[in-house]
Amino acid sequence: MAEDTFSPGRTRGMGELIDISGKTTELAPFGRTLAELGTERPEIVGLTADMGRYSDILPFRDAHPTRFFNVGMAEQCLVMVAAGLAKTGKIAYCTTYSVFITRRAYDFVAIAGAHSKANVKIFAGMPGLMNGYGATHQATEDLNMMRGIADLTIIDPCDATELKQVVRAVADIPGAVYVRTLRGKVPVELPADYRFELGKAKLLRRGGDVGIISTGYMSARALDAAKAASAAGVEASVLHLSTIKPFDARSVRDFAQQFRRLIVAENHKTTGGLASLVVETLYDSGIVKPMIKIGLADSFFECGSQEYLEAKYGVDLPRFVRAIVEAR
Amino acid sequence: MMAMARGKGEGYIAQGLGIADCLAAIYFHELRYDSANPTWSERDRFVLSTGHYSIAMYATLAEAGYIDAAELPTYGLNGSRLPMSTFDDLPGVEVVGGSLGHGLGQAVGMAMGLRLDGSEARVICELSDGELEEGSTWEAAMASATFKCDNLVALIDCNGIQADGPITVKIEPVADKFAAFGWDTAEVNGNDMAELVDALARMRARDEKPKAIVMRTTPGFGVPTIMKRERAHFVRVDNSEWDALVAELERENG
Ligand SMILES: Cc1ncc(C[n+]2csc(CCOP(=O)(O)OP(=O)(O)O)c2C)c(N)n1
Ligand SMILES: [Mg+2]
Repeated sequence: MAEDTFSPGRTRGMGELIDISGKTTELAPFGRTLAELGTERPEIVGLTADMGRYSDILPFRDAHPTRFFNVGMAEQCLVMVAAGLAKTGKIAYCTTYSVFITRRAYDFVAIAGAHSKANVKIFAGMPGLMNGYGATHQATEDLNMMRGIADLTIIDPCDATELKQVVRAVADIPGAVYVRTLRGKVPVELPADYRFELGKAKLLRRGGDVGIISTGYMSARALDAAKAASAAGVEASVLHLSTIKPFDARSVRDFAQQFRRLIVAENHKTTGGLASLVVETLYDSGIVKPMIKIGLADSFFECGSQEYLEAKYGVDLPRFVRAIVEAR
Repeated sequence: MMAMARGKGEGYIAQGLGIADCLAAIYFHELRYDSANPTWSERDRFVLSTGHYSIAMYATLAEAGYIDAAELPTYGLNGSRLPMSTFDDLPGVEVVGGSLGHGLGQAVGMAMGLRLDGSEARVICELSDGELEEGSTWEAAMASATFKCDNLVALIDCNGIQADGPITVKIEPVADKFAAFGWDTAEVNGNDMAELVDALARMRARDEKPKAIVMRTTPGFGVPTIMKRERAHFVRVDNSEWDALVAELERENG
């Protein structure tokens, strides 16, 4: 076995999720903001399914120990208990990895959560390819699954700035909410005056050649890629949709009409997530545009470090820059 | 295992050391298999439900002849066949681990399938104390008693820890629970080879009941520094510390 065919890239199983080199970061923006909010709002409770340490919710536990519950590794129980707490007037923030809340506890999210209009706020860690443990841990179809549930709000924040605002906002969004969560040292990518608004797409960059529609941390990658492409003489706009449901169809339509070609980017399969939503939206309005989809194939994925997996599956920065240049 | 985790500098070393005796007892005293023919239909099946125990599983598979020991240091590295949790594309691995609470139910199905085929082969399934918190484990426990799977032995690794630290919910009394579900049960020190071998031998009875062996194990067994660690679920070791840990292991084991 030739040793040099293997590289030791870190599985960020236990730390930050994405490459933060050269970026300004904030530590545990989810848990710290929730701890603050818990002080302002005594009806907030926090729960985890043995993923407290790995979901950043411990600052809330430390600040409000009597309002924190670890149900053990029992994701179905997590959602049921959260829904029950909600029935007594609590706002129940719960955490585990995206993959386990979606695949293991789906029925409970749909019925005890969404259908019951229960104030269950799911902060789902390590979404998409952000997990080095392979297919068992990679929630590469979570947006697809969750958008199939009626009355469920779905949010995929871009960075620490947005995540903090989302933690606060969801307390006032009625019913069940699913938030893809970034943990550990989370990069600050959006401008300080960025304001999250539920169901509203935000234009992050203006450029006339190519239109990029993106969600989650792929919007940060879109900005990096657009900057690199600009140096090569191609100007791209970036429309960031952190709310996946309810979907801002009007902004997507208006945006798409300004460009000859579109790129759609997401930390998810290209089937069933943002790209599918964009295609459905445009088709319904009779808009047809050539489109490059940056996302994952309909497959199960390997184990490995984030950088290794992103390069292998074609969602890394160089691939993104090439797509912009090609799309011109 | 220490040499395996060294390449990456981290891994599930504490669990690996804790479960090593159990895997040795299974593979070298109880299980019938042919490592040259991993899909031999008459083999006993070993189901490792706790996928992140892979480090011990790979070491065992190398010892049993399924894989080349030279491959072990690729554990957890990019491009390796030996990732941090088990997948069934590796010869000798029967199920995809990683998403916990999947093993026991599949073991029940295997036990039923082997019986349908008139096979004498048995199924031995490892699962962890954390997996007792998943509802799916108890669904499987009821199914196996219902379907009288006396060709199934479950080994439950009660090492007292899970991801967030010490076991967080009330799982005891584990053996009594399985007994109440209609299983034959035994309780052993899972780091005592003689006790393990003896319990496995006693569990060969064909009395229409599935069998559960509750093992009390110590995470990091054999390496005092790791045994003493409060956060043992995932161990990262500094480059400079490895030699000392290996020396401890050698000292403890003569
Ligand atoms: C269904 C599922 N939920 C959550 C996890 C994340 N997870 C990985 S290991 C672990 C702890 C499980 O307990 P146990 O197997 O007893 O852990 P150990 O003794 O190895 O610390 C958890 C919650 C998982 N792998 N699968
Ligand atoms: Mg355990």
